[in-house]
Amino acid sequence: MANAELEAKVVELLIDITGEEEIGDYRDDDLFEEDVLDSLGAIELLVRIKDEFGVSIAPTELEREEMNTVNKIIERIEERL
Amino acid sequence: MGFFADPAFFCLLVPITGIAVVLGALEKPLARYGCAASVVMLLLLFSRSLDALAFFAGYLAYSLVLARWVAWLFGREHPRRVALYRLALALQIAPLFVYKVGVLVNPDFLGFIGISYITFKTVQVLIETRDGLIKDLGAFEYFYFLVFFPTFTSGPILRSRAFVKDVKVRRTRDEYLELLYRGAGWFLLGALYKFVGASVAQWAMWFLPSAIGTADAGQVVLANLAYALGYTLYLFFDFAGYSHMAVGLGFALGIEVPRNFRAPFLALDIKDFWNRWHITLSQWLRDFVFMRFSAASFEHGWFKSSLTTACLGFFINMTLMGLWHGLTVDYLVYGMYHGLLLASCELIQRKWGFYKKHKRERWFKVCSWAVTMVAVIFGLALFSGQVLHNPL
Repeated sequence: MANAELEAKVVELLIDITGEEEIGDYRDDDLFEEDVLDSLGAIELLVRIKDEFGVSIAPTELEREEMNTVNKIIERIEERL
Repeated sequence: MGFFADPAFFCLLVPITGIAVVLGALEKPLARYGCAASVVMLLLLFSRSLDALAFFAGYLAYSLVLARWVAWLFGREHPRRVALYRLALALQIAPLFVYKVGVLVNPDFLGFIGISYITFKTVQVLIETRDGLIKDLGAFEYFYFLVFFPTFTSGPILRSRAFVKDVKVRRTRDEYLELLYRGAGWFLLGALYKFVGASVAQWAMWFLPSAIGTADAGQVVLANLAYALGYTLYLFFDFAGYSHMAVGLGFALGIEVPRNFRAPFLALDIKDFWNRWHITLSQWLRDFVFMRFSAASFEHGWFKSSLTTACLGFFINMTLMGLWHGLTVDYLVYGMYHGLLLASCELIQRKWGFYKKHKRERWFKVCSWAVTMVAVIFGLALFSGQVLHNPL
């Protein structure tokens, strides 16, 4: 999967989960601090990442600081593809 | 010998931490020493009951076997690993469950101090082994993780991966002394909480209601409020007190024990409260109950809306939290009460336009804080049995 395609898919996924249409414009903002994502959103994200990309990330595998921005989420998926 | 209570315990800490400081300052590894010190302390803890000691020793061996078994199942991709893993999980929880049922029938039912807390640790190891996050937990590390004395009787709840990292890390003298310095601060703050804060609160909890009296209905209400408030403060100072001391003691032994309390009375809503009160318990439940339930719910599409998943997840999570304290009506009601509070909080935060519009304004925060505190104090009055059994 090309990089841009992956990024677009992740952003789309995040918009779907959080309802924040502009989420792709703020890729380095802390999603937990901004109240965009909470632990439930995070778990939905992990489940959807598994469905969408076949990448399995266990709930306690990553610290919050490792997946708290759009860019970090993309990186975590890329590492595992 | 009771931990964090008997004078003998505190006297023993002097040589125990003294030797740790010398080793740490000389840049020697602390793990074997910390483990040996923990074994000695646990032998003293169980010195009055050899039955409990035997049960505890059996529990350790049993847990080690279960952990090895699950690691073996997943290491070899055993065809029936998922079903067998569930069996292992049930077997790991069984001693605590049997104990909690047993004490209902017979208060002297065989158990050991710390069985409630140690179960979190053994269960976490099984779950994370299944998740593929724990691959090479050595027998020594696992043993030390389970017997580590500062947190043995009442937490904070440790996580094995962070613990093993601390066991293996080699600190320079400066790094160790810096850790020790921070640990000393935690310990002193904890001692202050427990021996001054908790004592004063406990005194107020009995003195104020009797000073108010219970002659008429107004006084009864007031006396009950004073008692509930006193109890809340007492529980906080007592519990945060020994949690802080355990953190400090852990640091001296080179283990960065996670903190358990972070100014809970500044919480602006009930979710915020659980991020500040008994933090390691709520994080454990969040990671291993709430998140697992939610993930299963999303995966299998149990509910149409994620709000339903969240609310039910909170309710199950907190009910379990209540029952973990003991299988009694008070704890059940306490757990369900907090489950309902969290679910209501979730509902308000997601659906109530008024909340979204005003949540950042000062007056709203003050109101939200006040409501949260009343809810917390009432919850602890349920917990203490004041509401259901012993109103003044």
